[in-house]
Amino acid sequence: MLEKILLLLSLSLSVAEGLCKPGVGEAYKVRFSIKTALGDQAYPWNKNEMFLFRAALAFAMRDFTNGEEFGVSDIHPCNETQRVSFWFVVTRPNTMDLVDKGTVEMAIKKSRNRINGAFLLTDKTLEFDGIYPTLAAPVSPDTPPWLIVFGVVMGAVSVGIIALLVYPLVQRKLKKNMDADDEDSDEETGVKTAENGANDGIYNSTFSDDERFTQM
Amino acid sequence: MRLVLPNPGLDLRIPNYEDLEKMEKEDGDRPKWDNKAQYILTCVGFCVGIGNVWRFPYLCQTHGGGAFLIPYVILLVLEGLPLLLLEFGIGQRLRKGSVGVWRAINPYLTGVGIASMLVSLLIGLYYNTLIAWIMWYLFNSFQGPLPWTQCPLNDNRTGFISECQQSSTVDYYFYRVTLNASASITDSGGLQWPIVICLLAAWTVICICYIRGISTSGKAVYVTALLPYVVLAIFLIRGLTLKGAMNGVKYLFTPDVDELMNPTTWLDAGAQVFYAFSLAWGGLISFSSYNPVHNNCMQDAVILTIITGLTSIYAATVTYTVIGFRATDKYDTCISENIRMLLNGFELPEDSITASNYNAALHHLNSSNPDTVFGLDIKTCDMQKLLSEGVEGTGLAFIVFTEAITKMPGSPAWSVLFFIMLLCLGLSTLFGNIEGVVVPLKDLNLFPKKWPQEALTGVTCLVSFIICLLFAQQSGLYWLTLFDNFAGSIPLLTIGLTEMIAVVYIYGIDRFNEDIKFMIGKKPCIFWQISLRFTSPLILLVILVFYLVTQAQQELTYLVWDPDYDEFPTLASVPYPSWINVVIFVLAGIPSLVVPVYALCRLVFVRCKKKMKPEKDINQI
Repeated sequence: MLEKILLLLSLSLSVAEGLCKPGVGEAYKVRFSIKTALGDQAYPWNKNEMFLFRAALAFAMRDFTNGEEFGVSDIHPCNETQRVSFWFVVTRPNTMDLVDKGTVEMAIKKSRNRINGAFLLTDKTLEFDGIYPTLAAPVSPDTPPWLIVFGVVMGAVSVGIIALLVYPLVQRKLKKNMDADDEDSDEETGVKTAENGANDGIYNSTFSDDERFTQM
Repeated sequence: MRLVLPNPGLDLRIPNYEDLEKMEKEDGDRPKWDNKAQYILTCVGFCVGIGNVWRFPYLCQTHGGGAFLIPYVILLVLEGLPLLLLEFGIGQRLRKGSVGVWRAINPYLTGVGIASMLVSLLIGLYYNTLIAWIMWYLFNSFQGPLPWTQCPLNDNRTGFISECQQSSTVDYYFYRVTLNASASITDSGGLQWPIVICLLAAWTVICICYIRGISTSGKAVYVTALLPYVVLAIFLIRGLTLKGAMNGVKYLFTPDVDELMNPTTWLDAGAQVFYAFSLAWGGLISFSSYNPVHNNCMQDAVILTIITGLTSIYAATVTYTVIGFRATDKYDTCISENIRMLLNGFELPEDSITASNYNAALHHLNSSNPDTVFGLDIKTCDMQKLLSEGVEGTGLAFIVFTEAITKMPGSPAWSVLFFIMLLCLGLSTLFGNIEGVVVPLKDLNLFPKKWPQEALTGVTCLVSFIICLLFAQQSGLYWLTLFDNFAGSIPLLTIGLTEMIAVVYIYGIDRFNEDIKFMIGKKPCIFWQISLRFTSPLILLVILVFYLVTQAQQELTYLVWDPDYDEFPTLASVPYPSWINVVIFVLAGIPSLVVPVYALCRLVFVRCKKKMKPEKDINQI
């Protein structure tokens, strides 16, 4: 009895290994770059890690097909290399029928983050040959930040221009008021002191010769 | 040496020494510098521009590194220094802007001033467009991650847009997002609105800084002239701590003495000195005319020369630390990529090939399995080639530097600092530029006399903004390169040469010597005599002739950004359309020809007037 079971198992295993042919049919290639991702904290690749991979993939298949009870034995790896890369095929639970590539691809795409997380890797360091990761769109804020900065700069410049244009007008007005006050106080005292006249002498340009150009 | 052309009536046209002393004591309505530091900073800002950051390091590196400093310093002293003294001296003595000065020396020479004004205007137009681009990048630096770090995704989100994928994120951002460059100069496309807005910002900033002439711009230069030095220092410290910085600096300064035998080295050094000092723009003459009469202009010329020379070397060092860092980073990425391909192709364990044993491993694999290695398409990683990549002009600032900044930690801060520095460098040059446009316009009485300075500045900026919209089109980049090549080269050399001849042989070098003696207290020594009379005009003449010869021989082509080109992302070299010759004539020919044409017109006008006058006398009798 025992021998029969053993015979059946080995048969199924050999059949399964026959199913997994690199580059043919429904097989996918996986590549792990653990040392690149984790450096000093890299874990060594061994049979336990392979078991985790098969379990993770079985989970992905279950999750995608919504209940079909895929197990670890339905994931068949082969051609493992030192690079840590290997091929694998997926069979339907309790049968030897291969699951088509499209379904496997969609299942992996759906649970990609979970599979990556199980191995502490990323889309770049755990590669499935032929399955391209959907890229995250670049963050674009609602108001482009450059418009905000532009607004600030233009605001400051406009305030500056208005200030520079208005300031002399305001000064002139104040001076006129002050002069009017001074004249009132002078009329009372009746004395025109030297200070009022001599400081603001008017430059009489009649006597300086500005136009030295010969006539055309 | 008494070679002076006859110049009647000169004494009537210029103030004599007593008048100068009187003007000195009285407070005229001519603007004045608040203090000497403002004047020096304005001149330093004018001379030290973006060219020091993106033209000089490239020239230094292509013409033999450290050895290039020899022709540069020699020509700085023989060509730059005398011309500086000439412009400072004549401006301070005659106390007028560029048109006024040449009109005073001889009314037939007014054309020189007009040419200076036209050249300043044309250069100012495209220079401010560069400022607008710099502002665009500055405004966009206030976000993390910087917008030029990532490509936008394509429609089905599996990859990036092909144009971006084939070139690089920074290329795409500059040519597509910022400029939306069309594929040829004839294909003008529409206006690029972000650029229009930035142009508006640029012209408004210039307007407010120069709104009252030097009384406002003199305050602004305290920031715009000094801030670049501070930022360069910060970048120097940051640069030297980056990996691979010393590769860049070594590459820059490794001398190659054979280059000194090459005449183009000397030509390029001469041209760089001439343009770096912003000579013949008219701005320096204007600035010196606001000085007190007894200001020591000889000392100023020497100080300015030393500062410009040292700043060029300083900026070159900083630039090349960053370039070295970028090249090293790209080299490391290239090697890692090759290692990855080898590991994947040969299914070897991860740590078997590292950067240190890469060459040995590649050699071993190539000898054992050459076909597989060939099939993998391994690229050769060449450090020298990476160091020499696209490191001049807009390519340096907007592509190489922006890429390097994205790799530094805290990139938005570095980006902001870098573009503020470029902005300040550009603005301080533009102050001199706009001085060289507004003051001649005032002297030529093209504006009504009642208008205040604010109105003059405002109108000039508004008209320039409208003309600048030419550069905001999709073909704007090609127009800018056209202006850069033709408006700023030959006319300036012609004007510079004419200035020297005018002062030395028409105004009279003896009179000039006396003026310097009156203003400073001592006559210029033998070095100045020889260089002003012979060496400087000769050098300028040689450079001008060579320039004309090389330009005439060159085929008129330009580089375009064309995604459909076979060798994209390399820029395609395309011939100009035939109507471009008219444009080139307007840009280069008209300013150069204004000098003789104005003299001729005046001659004809005077002759006609003389003929009419005797007739009038006869009629009166």
